[in-house]
Amino acid sequence: MGFSMLAPEFIIERNRDRCIDCRVCEKQCSMEAHYYDPDEEKVYSREEKCINCHRCISLCPTRALCIKENPQEFKRNANWSRNSIREIQKQAQTGGILLSGMGNPKPFPIYWDNILLNASQVTNPSIDPLREPMELKTFLGRKPKKLELNQDGSLKTEVPPQLELSMPVMFTAMSFGSISLNASTALAMAAKETDICYNTGEGGLHESLYSYGNWTIIQVASGRFGVYQDYLEAGSSIEIKIGQGAKPGIGGHLPGEKVGEEVASTRMIPKGTDALSPAPHHDIYSIEDLRQLIYALKESTRYKKPVSVKIAAVHNVAAIASGIARAGADIITIDGIRGGTGAAPTRIRDSVGIPVEFALAAVDERLKEEGIRNQVSVVAAGSIRNSGDIVKAVALGADAVYIGTAALVAMGCHLCRKCYTGKCNWGIATQDPWLTKRLNPEIAAERLSNLIIGWDHEFKEMMGGMGINAIESLKGNRHMLRGIGLTNRELEVLGIKLAGE
Amino acid sequence: MTKKMKIELREEYCVGCGLCEVYCRVAHSQSRDIIKTFKKERWTVEPRVSLVIEKPLSFPLQCQHCEDAPCVKACITGAMYKNELELTLCDEDKCVGCFTCIMECPFGAIKIKENNPSLPLKCDFCFEADEPFCVLHCPNGALTLKEKIIENVDESLNDSITQVKTEEVDTDE
Repeated sequence: MGFSMLAPEFIIERNRDRCIDCRVCEKQCSMEAHYYDPDEEKVYSREEKCINCHRCISLCPTRALCIKENPQEFKRNANWSRNSIREIQKQAQTGGILLSGMGNPKPFPIYWDNILLNASQVTNPSIDPLREPMELKTFLGRKPKKLELNQDGSLKTEVPPQLELSMPVMFTAMSFGSISLNASTALAMAAKETDICYNTGEGGLHESLYSYGNWTIIQVASGRFGVYQDYLEAGSSIEIKIGQGAKPGIGGHLPGEKVGEEVASTRMIPKGTDALSPAPHHDIYSIEDLRQLIYALKESTRYKKPVSVKIAAVHNVAAIASGIARAGADIITIDGIRGGTGAAPTRIRDSVGIPVEFALAAVDERLKEEGIRNQVSVVAAGSIRNSGDIVKAVALGADAVYIGTAALVAMGCHLCRKCYTGKCNWGIATQDPWLTKRLNPEIAAERLSNLIIGWDHEFKEMMGGMGINAIESLKGNRHMLRGIGLTNRELEVLGIKLAGE
Repeated sequence: MTKKMKIELREEYCVGCGLCEVYCRVAHSQSRDIIKTFKKERWTVEPRVSLVIEKPLSFPLQCQHCEDAPCVKACITGAMYKNELELTLCDEDKCVGCFTCIMECPFGAIKIKENNPSLPLKCDFCFEADEPFCVLHCPNGALTLKEKIIENVDESLNDSITQVKTEEVDTDE
């Protein structure tokens, strides 16, 4: 690389008293930020290549490394931040669109943090989940308006197909192609272990993962990759992806370099060709068209699987969700502006969409107003970070949530946001066989299961504190929520009271 | 009754980091301190495992402690022997440095000691530690310890090996 105006983003501090020149950092860095000088018999670093993914830091046996943001400053300017200047330098150097990975890093308000939960005191007892049963079992799908029972107490009403989960959490859509097969396998294994579901994303279903069908949501997106009869029948539910929170309104592009033999055969495209997902589904230009696809999928699976429609949270999300419900969807997934991605144009990711908290509240409210809330389950997605976020989402009206970034972090992701380079040092967002083996699916699945089990405990504790012993009593129960540091208008849209009210 | 140990390699999860080599040195150093091992004893301690990298393949090359070990059979002085736990070890007092073992080893897992070129160097299963250091420090589960229960072996034999922490041992076999 010749002259560049871009100063290194990070500096690598190597504590020479601790460094033993064992070359582990050099062997692990796919960015080649470390190198060994055989003359000096020492390891050195090339800071301009560092992406701060922490691979070397985690594996350094003597903890000799520390990576910091480059303290080099530009002349102070409240208008032109360091980032703004660097982005211009990058574009001026390359002439390209700025790309980025993972979710929106901009300091948008995170409304979960402005919402507080209730707890029982004196007038109603709290419940100890260690002593009393707690029900987190979640069913997603269309619910009948009323239930009729036979004389003997058995169910007379025919209940439409439901997706059954042990708790209201699922692993969100991440395609094989955007992530490695080992990562997909880990998600599938953990979903099975904890009896929740994972989502294939739009990359088809690898043949080795068909055995996890019961715990699989298969996705049909605009590229229609890997969609055929067996695929549709393989999962427990089908999701039509219209949009994604990280990049509403635009499609996807898996570069040909990542389309190796396995990805190609799973996606059913020629090896080495770019996998382009168009921005719209070319057969969906109206709610009526969406209805056709929903019923085509239901028909082809003999009405045995709930069909979900995933949209990005955008301005008129409530009206759109109402249309989707009326089009026959059983589940609506709303992905907020902080949702992650393997690759998105930075400008789109950082500026398009609305926070999922508002979208969720608006959709739940609208569907209730129209009397069709029972016709669909609502799933919230887009940076659910912990069990507290889930409890708040459920109380705000979600039937369940999707987690993507949290799942990746559990597997080893350090949020360096370089997924789009295909050089993921943690073996997640890459197809390079040298890197993919860094993710041992057994270890990753165990870490994912641990996370879900931990959240399950926390969820029950919080619910018990509120005196609630079944998740059904928490759903849409906004009385359990209070806002703090929010304007009247924000509280109004969220449909919650201010703390103290 | 006692346990027979085997280091099992799953090369599909070897990340090629070389921590097995690093910690093998530590295990066989005087200080057992990683920084001292490398800063002060580097030239006296050699790793008994070698990391082989042929991208995308990589694996630690080390003694497999074969059941019917060719090196033991071939050893002209009986220096190479099988102990009670079926580990292949070298009695350096008996070794004459003929290196027939090196020629016979089907894996190429025996080296010549650099600082004493009349002796062979091979994995001794970290005989003095609780668990082989390469297994303990492998970050991705590429090296795991498998154990097999063997009947009718004298209980009094080497306590340090039988005390291996069982919770970290895969007993699926």
